[in-house]
Amino acid sequence: MKTGAPLVQVRDLSVAFRSGDTTNLAVKGVSFEVNKGETVALVGESGSGKTVSALSIMRLLPYPAASHPSGEIIYNGKDLLKASEADMRDIRGARISIIFQEPMTSLNPLHTIEKQVGEVLKLHRGMDDKAIRQRVLELLRRVGLRDPEKRLTAFPHQLSGGQRQRVMIAMALANEPDLLIADEPTTALDVTIQAQILELLKELQSELGMAMLLITHDLGIVRKMAERVYVMNNGLVVEEGRTADIFADPKHPYTRHLINAEPKGEPPPMNPAAPIVVQTDDLKVWFPIRKGLLRRTVDHVKAVDGLSLKLRAGQTLGVVGESGSGKTTLGLAIMRLISSRGQVAYLGNRIDGLNSKRMRPLRKEMQIVFQDPYGSLSPRLSVGQIIEEGLLIQQPHLSYEERRARVAQALSEVGLDPEAQDRYPHEFSGGQRQRIAIARAMVLEPKFVMLDEPTSALDMSVQAQIVDLLRDLQQRHNLAYLFISHDLKVVRALSSYVIVMRNGKVVEEGPAEEIFRAPKTDYTKALLAAAFDLKVEHRGALAV
Amino acid sequence: MDIRTDDKLKPIAPSDTAADVETQEKIATTPGFQRQPTTWIGRKRGAAGRFKLSPINRRRWENFKANRRGYWSFWIFLVLFVLSLGAELIANDKPLLVYYKGELLSPVLVDYPESKFGGFLATTDYKDPFIIDEIESNGWMIWPPIRYSYTSINKDYPRIKGPEDRCLGFPAPPLWATNAQLCEAPADQLARFQELGNRNWLGTDDQGRDVLARMIYGFRISVLFGLLLTFFSSVIGVTAGAVQGYFGGRVDLFFQRVLEIWSSIPSLYVLIIISSVLVPGFWTLLGVLLLFQWVSLVGVVRAEFLRARNFEYVTAARALGLSDRKIMFKHLLPNAMVAMLTFLPFNLSGSITALTALDFLGLGLPPGSASLGELLAQGKANLQAPWLGLTAFFSLAVLLSLLIFIGEAVRDALDPRKTFR
Repeated sequence: MKTGAPLVQVRDLSVAFRSGDTTNLAVKGVSFEVNKGETVALVGESGSGKTVSALSIMRLLPYPAASHPSGEIIYNGKDLLKASEADMRDIRGARISIIFQEPMTSLNPLHTIEKQVGEVLKLHRGMDDKAIRQRVLELLRRVGLRDPEKRLTAFPHQLSGGQRQRVMIAMALANEPDLLIADEPTTALDVTIQAQILELLKELQSELGMAMLLITHDLGIVRKMAERVYVMNNGLVVEEGRTADIFADPKHPYTRHLINAEPKGEPPPMNPAAPIVVQTDDLKVWFPIRKGLLRRTVDHVKAVDGLSLKLRAGQTLGVVGESGSGKTTLGLAIMRLISSRGQVAYLGNRIDGLNSKRMRPLRKEMQIVFQDPYGSLSPRLSVGQIIEEGLLIQQPHLSYEERRARVAQALSEVGLDPEAQDRYPHEFSGGQRQRIAIARAMVLEPKFVMLDEPTSALDMSVQAQIVDLLRDLQQRHNLAYLFISHDLKVVRALSSYVIVMRNGKVVEEGPAEEIFRAPKTDYTKALLAAAFDLKVEHRGALAV
Repeated sequence: MDIRTDDKLKPIAPSDTAADVETQEKIATTPGFQRQPTTWIGRKRGAAGRFKLSPINRRRWENFKANRRGYWSFWIFLVLFVLSLGAELIANDKPLLVYYKGELLSPVLVDYPESKFGGFLATTDYKDPFIIDEIESNGWMIWPPIRYSYTSINKDYPRIKGPEDRCLGFPAPPLWATNAQLCEAPADQLARFQELGNRNWLGTDDQGRDVLARMIYGFRISVLFGLLLTFFSSVIGVTAGAVQGYFGGRVDLFFQRVLEIWSSIPSLYVLIIISSVLVPGFWTLLGVLLLFQWVSLVGVVRAEFLRARNFEYVTAARALGLSDRKIMFKHLLPNAMVAMLTFLPFNLSGSITALTALDFLGLGLPPGSASLGELLAQGKANLQAPWLGLTAFFSLAVLLSLLIFIGEAVRDALDPRKTFR
């Protein structure tokens, strides 16, 4: 494979960040290389320094604060760390380009697609407007965007996440770079879109013969895409080698830990005799579309359209679907946090139509855990204050000491040190924060918990731990879970019954086992193929 | 090594810094990316000994201190303000302490009738030569450094000689700034005039009142007025913005229109009309200015509430059963506080300017009260007496500059994106 010198060679790279008087070493002497036309993956959990290392190649770090105490990055015989800013500008976007993780924010919302893609061409090639338009169209077609002529004048908010990521790729490829750095290119996307984007990247790479540096925490992607792997942990490369070798025979304990970190375990068995905790009948959440001067309702966005479900004590109901399928809206409607039509019954009593005052006593029995452990904890309150908030409302008779005891108990139940209640959320890692969010729900001793993608913002190994914790809590307290996720691996590990949703409607439902073993509809099949094999199947059933 | 990087272990201290760095760098490189400011805030613990600040606030305080100009302005302003609060002890026409016939009296605090010292008036004029003689021969008295209040007139001024040896009246220049001759006067009057505490360090105004004393009192009333106005307009503005932002929808739509109409009213003319109808006074003026000042904060607070009401921790609080009011106070108000604090010093200086402008136009505080605007107006009317205009100008300039410097430092300190100096 090696043909002469590598394309980019990183030697003994260190990155330090200064904040205030303290300096943190984020990357501690990392060496790796990327050959021409090769795909190399940097794998590690968040905080391992993989993104920082890759951004150093482009010198895109916030420089007065970031510095490189050691190392060199050789590209084309030159050390990029010592190159002038003007030289770097020539390289960025032309010879080396990058795709970011978040397609929502990496495009400028104020410019059209044509302008954004054309900008790199204008900058590096000095093409005129007509030629630029030609080239942009060609690129958009190449990345598989439908109706590229119409898309030229579109603004980013008019595109879906997958389409935006395609536009990002078009921008990155505009000048046919030698190296494409893909920084978690699919993490923010749905599974089906993820499979499509990965396939596209692979096609483009072989076609253009460029090298790709893939940064990811998802070993499934690595296995599918990369030829060689560097495993990073705590700013160090702990293991490197050919992908097949690493997966077949991981040497370093950390690599083994990563490979074994997939969510495992069996959901509790179906029990049709268990009492029904939550039941909905023909539940609808329609958002009106108003038009005209008088804001007449002309149509509705049917976020949830006639959904009936039964959830029994001690069971988990998995709700699966892509983003925009209405799964979260369904959960919020059952929790009565948004208005809906149709019956919602909790323990046999109808709760739709209750006002917020009459809902309040029920709130302690119906709890919610959110996706983003960073956004769901108020940064201004200590952990104790966050957890006791519900107690203050629901059980105001408790004394300060009693409340502290309950909080401590909830914390130890989710596997955290009870001493943690005097600390603030920012002192905790993502997984620990999610434990705190779970403790906040559990302290009220609920009967029903809505879990809204509780694992998707977490690293793989932490996901597995959270799944174990949730299952453990369910067994201990006979909880009913409404588990909302697009991550089918996690759903399989937790749910006994699964509902597949699309555009607000149920596509398929049934016992989890059956759904995973023998899916009936094309949509479910496509979803499963994308999730478990990262393959694009049943194209007709999917959106682009 | 311990490969179970997460999770059941104790809360992390240094090992998590790398995660921090990654977040930090994402924030810096991704346009428009904004996460909660706290996720990447320095994590020193227990640094502040005196009182416990949350880590965010500690970092903000550090940032504020790092801005030397703002920090020093803050202290200078604080010292000036505290000193001016005790203006009665610095500039007053009553002695601080009097020892008279074996009795210790404090005229600053208590109004003694003149009969106490052998006179017959209802109040005592301690600058009357008769009273001074009476007290000095039966005890002693301690004067404040400046023996004038903002209303007291320098009766001992012998006048100075102008061109053609005519004796000129008020406004009188400070003695150190002129080489004109004094007119003829009795020896004891001249002696009193020459006494150190009786000097008019910044001259007198057109009615013979001490400019320095008026400046001190004027400073105080400006700052107090500004603070009160800012406080009340913040309370009203934040409440209005909070209600609009939190409930959104029709409430928001309706009140936005009200605000648009309200803020397009030419406030100065309305103020002029109102103040010609109402009797001008401190509180009426405050109320009148408040009518238009509260609007300034509504927009910011509303935006902040609109943004924050969809945060997951707010939804979580609703799921816990918190009432709207509780959520607004506990979870949303702290978010809006940052925006509010940022505007505070600027609002304060705006309020002071507004009061000064009204005073300058003669529509402000009642005649006779110490006010910088009135001093400016006098300076304009008496161009031959530059000490009037200059004093007013410099005291206003210093006051407003200090506030602006503080405001800049506060703004920078509260800026969530400002990680580095």
